[in-house]
Formats: sequence, C-alpha cells, structure tokens
Amino acid sequence: MDHPIKRDHARFRKIVKGRVRDNLRKYISHGQQIVPKGGDKFTVPMPQIDTPRFKFGDKSQGGVGQGEGQPGDPVDGQQDPNGEPGEGEAGQDEGSKELEVELTVDELAQILGEQLELPNIQPKGKKSLQSTVDKYSTIGKTGPDSLRHIKRTYKEALKRQIALGHYDPNNPTVIPTKGDYRYRAADTKIEMENSAVVIYMMDVSGSMGDEQKEIVRTESFWINLWLKSQYKDIEIRYIIHDATAKEVDENTFFRTRESGGTLISSAYSLCKQIIEADYNPSEWNIYPFHFSDGDNWSADDTKLCLELLDKFIVPASNMFCYGQVESRYGSGQFYKDLSSKYGAQHDEVILSKIKNKDGILDSIKEFLGKGN
Amino acid sequence: MELRSKPITGKLVDLQKEIEGYALEYGLDFFPQIFEMCDYDTINILAAQGGFPSRYPHWRFGMDYDQMSKGYKYGLQKIYEMVINTNPCYAYLLQVNNWVDQKIVMAHVYGHNDFFKNNLWFSGTNRKMMDVMANHGTKIRRYMEKYGIDRVEAFIDRALSLENLISVNELFETAELKRRRSEINKQAASESEEDYINDDRSEALKSFMRSKKRRSEERTRVTTKEEKKELVLPKKVPPKPERDIMQFLINFAPLEEWQADILGLLREEAYYFLPQRLTKIMNEGWASYWHSTIMTQKALDASEIIDFADKHAGVMAMSRKQMNPYKVGIELMRDIEYRWNTGRFGKEYNDCDDMVEKENWDLKLNQGREKIFSVRRTHNDISFIDEFLTPEFCERQQLFTYKYNPRTGRYEIDQKDFEAIKSKLLIQLTNFGSPVIEVEDGNYRNRGELLLGHRHDGVDLDMNYAADTLQNIYAIWTRPVNIKTRYDDKEVVFHFDGHQMKPIH
Repeated sequence: MDHPIKRDHARFRKIVKGRVRDNLRKYISHGQQIVPKGGDKFTVPMPQIDTPRFKFGDKSQGGVGQGEGQPGDPVDGQQDPNGEPGEGEAGQDEGSKELEVELTVDELAQILGEQLELPNIQPKGKKSLQSTVDKYSTIGKTGPDSLRHIKRTYKEALKRQIALGHYDPNNPTVIPTKGDYRYRAADTKIEMENSAVVIYMMDVSGSMGDEQKEIVRTESFWINLWLKSQYKDIEIRYIIHDATAKEVDENTFFRTRESGGTLISSAYSLCKQIIEADYNPSEWNIYPFHFSDGDNWSADDTKLCLELLDKFIVPASNMFCYGQVESRYGSGQFYKDLSSKYGAQHDEVILSKIKNKDGILDSIKEFLGKGN
Repeated sequence: MELRSKPITGKLVDLQKEIEGYALEYGLDFFPQIFEMCDYDTINILAAQGGFPSRYPHWRFGMDYDQMSKGYKYGLQKIYEMVINTNPCYAYLLQVNNWVDQKIVMAHVYGHNDFFKNNLWFSGTNRKMMDVMANHGTKIRRYMEKYGIDRVEAFIDRALSLENLISVNELFETAELKRRRSEINKQAASESEEDYINDDRSEALKSFMRSKKRRSEERTRVTTKEEKKELVLPKKVPPKPERDIMQFLINFAPLEEWQADILGLLREEAYYFLPQRLTKIMNEGWASYWHSTIMTQKALDASEIIDFADKHAGVMAMSRKQMNPYKVGIELMRDIEYRWNTGRFGKEYNDCDDMVEKENWDLKLNQGREKIFSVRRTHNDISFIDEFLTPEFCERQQLFTYKYNPRTGRYEIDQKDFEAIKSKLLIQLTNFGSPVIEVEDGNYRNRGELLLGHRHDGVDLDMNYAADTLQNIYAIWTRPVNIKTRYDDKEVVFHFDGHQMKPIH
C-alpha cells in the first residue's frame, strides 16, 4: 500500500496545477523570471503554496552571518557550498522554501510538456538528415591530459612492470611512464535524424506595437524550446512583412520598427519560395507560424493568401499555425477569414487568439497540443 | 498504516550499546533510545511530517515531501538523521549512510535526547506525541468523511495561518496554575463590579442585593444617550491583551464544534513544536558538542578520522547569509566550558584591565562541564545568547550583521560590533522570530469586531501577508478584524471588512 503522504502529494499537485500554471504564466510573461545561467542551465523556483502568517517585512531586516569580510561586502555574492546543514528536526523550521534548481533546456521543456500535457510529436518522413556525433568511446595513446584515463594508464603500467619483473607485491608501487598513458578518444558516428524547420512570419506593420511583439517573442521562445526537445536538429527561419516580405535574422525579426500597410500574401509567397528552395516536404517536418494582428490590406489579398495556403503551404507542412495577437488597432478580420475556411478546429491549420501575456500558455497548448 | 522503518539489527545494535555507554559515562541523562533504519523515501516522508509517521491528511505535508524529494533528486540537500521528542525517544537512521555517519548520528541523537529530557522548556511537552498525532489524524479524517474534504481542508488552511499566534508563556502553565489564575480573575472581576458591597455578607445575599439594585436602577433611571452606552458596554474581553490568539478564538469565535476541535488539535501541535523553535541554537549546539566529544574522545577509530572531520566540517559550515545554529551553538557551549574551567567570568575578571593578565587568566576551577550541564537545563536561545555571548566570541567566530542596501540592491555586511550583533540576534529570536500579536478587544468599537495589537519593536509587518492573514481570521471570527500597528513610523489601525484592508486611523 502506498504511504498516505502520496495522497497528500497528489492533492498538493492538484492544487498546484492551477497555481503552478499561474506561476508558469508569470515566468512566461516576464521572460527574465527564468534565468539562463550560462550553458544550458536555467534556474526555476519550485512550486510552493505559501500559508499567510503575520511576519516581518523582511527587506529592512537583514540578519547575522558568519565569515570573512568587511562592512560593505555583499553577503550573497558567494554561494554557500553546503547550504543548510543537513540535520534537523523538520516541522520546526520556518525558513524559506524557495529551493532553486538548475535545469537544462531539456528539463525545462519537460516541465512545459508536463504542465501543458503536450503530446510527443510524431515526426513524418524518413530519417534523412545526417548528423555527426562525437562520442568518447575508444582509448588512444595520445591526447590531452584532461582526457587521461587513469585506470587504463595504471593497468598498462602494472602490465609493463609485471612483464619486466619490476612489480613487488609487498611494495605495490605502480609508476606509469610516458608509454603507459592512455587517453579517452572520440569516435565519430553518423546518425540519421528527423529534420525540422520552423518558419516564423510576423506582421510588423503599424498596428503591431511593442507589447504585441513581446508576446510573439516570448511565445516563439517556448515553441522553439518545445520543438528543440522533440527534434535533434532544427532550423529556424524568420520572415517579416508589411506590404512586402523579406527574410531576416532572429535579431532583426524581433527588433524591426513598424511601418506601412499589410499584405499578408507577400509573406506566404516568400514562405513558399523558402520551402521550395531548401526544404523538400517529403523529408522535412515543416512548421510555419504566422503572427499578426489580423489586419490585411484587402479582401483580394486575403483570397490570395488562402489560395497559397490551400495549394501549397498546408499540404507541405506538418501544421500551419496562425496566432492572432490582439491589438487596439487590429480588426482581427484575418482570423475570421481563416476560420470560415478551415473552421476553428482543424488538424493541419491551427488558429489561436492571444489576448495578452497571460494567454500565451493557452495558445502554446493550442498550437502544440495535437502532436503533429 | 504501513510503517516503513525497521528496528536496527546486527552490528548497529552493538554500536548503539557502545555509544550509549559513553553517553552514560559522560553523565548524559536521557529517555530510552530507539533507533530505526529507513530508506531515503521514508526519511523524506518522516521529515515532511515533522518526524511523525502519521499525521492528519493535508497538502502541506505533500508539498514538503515534494520539495524534499526534489531537493534530494537534484542533489541539493540530504537529511542525515531525525530525532523526535518522545519517551521513548525515536530516531531514524538512513540506510545508505556509512558506518562513520551512523556513529556520528547516534552520538548526536543522545545529545538531543538528553536535551529533550532535561531542558525545562520541554518539560510541559507531551512525550506520547506519536499517539496524539495519530489520533489527530483519525479525528480529522473522520471530520473529512462527515463534512467533506474541501470544507475541512479549507478550515485547516485558515487555522494554519494562525499557527504562530500562540504564547510562549503558556509553556509553563500547568493545570493547577491555570485554575488558580482563573479564580483570582473571577474574584477580581466580581469585586470591581460590586465594590460597594465590600463586606462579609454571604454570597447569596450579595447576589440578591445585586439583582434588586439593578432592577430598581432600571426603573428609576431616566437614561440619557451617554449613560445608555455605558450601560450596555459589556465587560471587556479579554480583560488583558491575550497572546494565545488560537485559544481566544476557540473560546469566543462562533465556531462549530468540529471547527473548534480542529483548532484545538492544531494548537496542541503548535505548542508541542514550540520549545524546539525556542532552543534551536542550544539544542543543536548541545547535540553537536556531544557527538564531537564522544567521537573524538571515545568512539572514533583511527581509520575514520578523515571521514569524521569531513562530515563534521560539513555540518559546521559557516554561512554569510545566515547564522548556522550548529556552529554558533557548539562554539558557544565550548566557550562557556572554557570560561568556567579557567574562571574567566564574574566581577573580578570583568574588571581586570591588564590585557596580559586577562590573556593568561586561569583559576583552574574546572567547573566548565558542570556549568554547561546547568545551562542546558535552564536556558533557551534568548537567554543563552543574552548571557553568554561575548565580544571576544563574536570576533573569534567572525560574526557580523548584514542588511539590505537599497542603493546597490543587495545584502551587505553592516557591522562587526558586538552590541549590534547581539541585539540583532536577540531581535530575531524574540517570540521565536514572529511578530508579537495580541488580542486587545473582542468587541472593538462595540461592534463585535476583533482588535489585534502588534507590539512594534522596530520592524514593520509585511502588510500583504497581514492582509491575507486577517482574511483568514475574519473567516473564523465572522466579523470585521482590525490590527493596530505602526507602519512607516505612524500609529495606524488597519480594518479588514471581509473584502479589503484599509487604515481607519
């Protein structure tokens, strides 16, 4: 039988589901909540429910510490390697429970997947992308000291000493010489992978303000995070458009100042060109994402867009995602046009409205919840 | 319920006998000691439940379990041992610990056991708490069956928000003291009410006269508005500000019987854990002193010295952000022992101006051991720090105070001055680190509102937390709740009407 605490635990998780979503929302809406710590490490606080109590406002309080240092030195600069000492009678501690853990991108994606109950993606196409992987699976006689295999080295030295009769069991000293040194060596392997490309398209016309772009940026961060956890190698292309479209790098994509009117078809035809040129739909998993505030210049252009989608982009892609960011100036007409053609529920064309920062998570779930 | 720990066996039984022998030799006086062995998951469970194998169902135990398991998984924390204040005293050992660890833990546990048994602050704690906790679990489970999990849990959530609204003084309230006090109160009340019948007529007669007088007053009085107010004004409840707010609510809040019962159970548990919160530094210091003494003088094998030193140093690690109670505790115990061995205390020593003489002061009193035994009996952390912290000690231990610097946005070392360190420590320890809050009036503004008073000692309350706490008290009291405090250097009463909190004067 399970210990009753498992029930308490399940209960906690259930309560937190709502709560943690809120917490997660907070991270998402201000991206700085998740702190990249160099490499693939992130710091994310653990879920916690705080029981309100009368307590002191703590910033003014400070405390007593122990160690080297002169007045004015920061106390939190250096990490205490041992943390809170291990022993203790639990139940009496009031201390902070803000345990922070370092997460790799993979673990972060896993948390995201768990929270949103995202299904794993079923890739299409055969594994066609060759990628080389270096694995330290062999032993060599040369190499840098940092890769020296100590056990093997000593074994070699021992073998040599026994062979030469220099080994004395009563005084078992083993001294390796240069020839005994062994090093871990890399072996290059070719692995076949599913390949995937994400093509982001964003409307940068006058009606898309900073807030709208921030939403797109945050949302694309999480989408990339998830897709990267699903595909080993992933390519990302960026297209911005107003009345004309052009391909840009990531930085430009998020920084471009708005101008002019909107012809969505320009982006879609550029998207089509990119796919035709670089990504054979039978081998690539293709994910076009388009974010806009839903204003298109003319009904004629919208017609052209639908044609492009219908004839080429949708059949070529795993799914086509359209995210409409609410803005004060946008009419939102394009969403209606798309949904009247494809319906609100469609497996290959996914439409989502993002009201504000808090809507990002739900929108990600709509986009990625199908597992295409 | 399944208990997942097993009594120790084999060599560990012999080890226990050995360590217990040393502890007795040194004069430790403890409850019968029972060691049980468990795996990591079990110790996480026990730790999450405050050391007890069975508690009432509540998500917070699940939360603590969640955090401990994760902390262990990510390698952030590790629990070595757990010991519970009961008779017999239970302690849990961790299966994966190596031999030296088990030795240290056992020696350490005998220190705690002696402390539980002899420190006066623990004298009122129920040593059969295992059973009590299990009973609380059964009761609350039954209430949950009857009234619904959500309802009972929501009430527990509220009650837990009051967990620190208890009174330290209550620890020494015996039943007899309580009875006598209530008698005195009653007498005082009846005397002040009826001071004009201050003679030796019988109680029955007095009572008769009172009612007669009241009736005649009612008949003859032409009541002005002012007087009317005076008349209906009931006796003030509580007569004096009351710190045991949990008890006050049990007595006076309009609770259903099951709610009052649960509040009572939680109050009992809060009081059980209170002495441990009052003696953290001493308790850990004492236990560490004894594991170190027993290990280095008796139990340690030469081959184990490095391991021991490593583990011991880990436990004693100093932190710049918070004081390590193990470290400060053991060093202060040792310092007291040294001072009483050499006679470095009292007027003569303190008045000595000659640095050289002071440096070499040694009266060869050898009263150190005796002294720390008596200290562990009568002191708590506050009096321990107040009486035995010395400037020399602070300097040797590199203690300092730190505070938040709003300019740089970080915490910085503030002072290394003895008085500053001592006062900071004492402030932190006062009222086990919680703000002192009392019930001042149960009928505030004659509207049945509750008035709490915060005894402000220089640090403001966290008002966000206060608002949420007031909401919980409001739910129990069912009438508006007020708190008198000082905020931003102004006296202010915050009024919580069930929806929001706002200052009223």
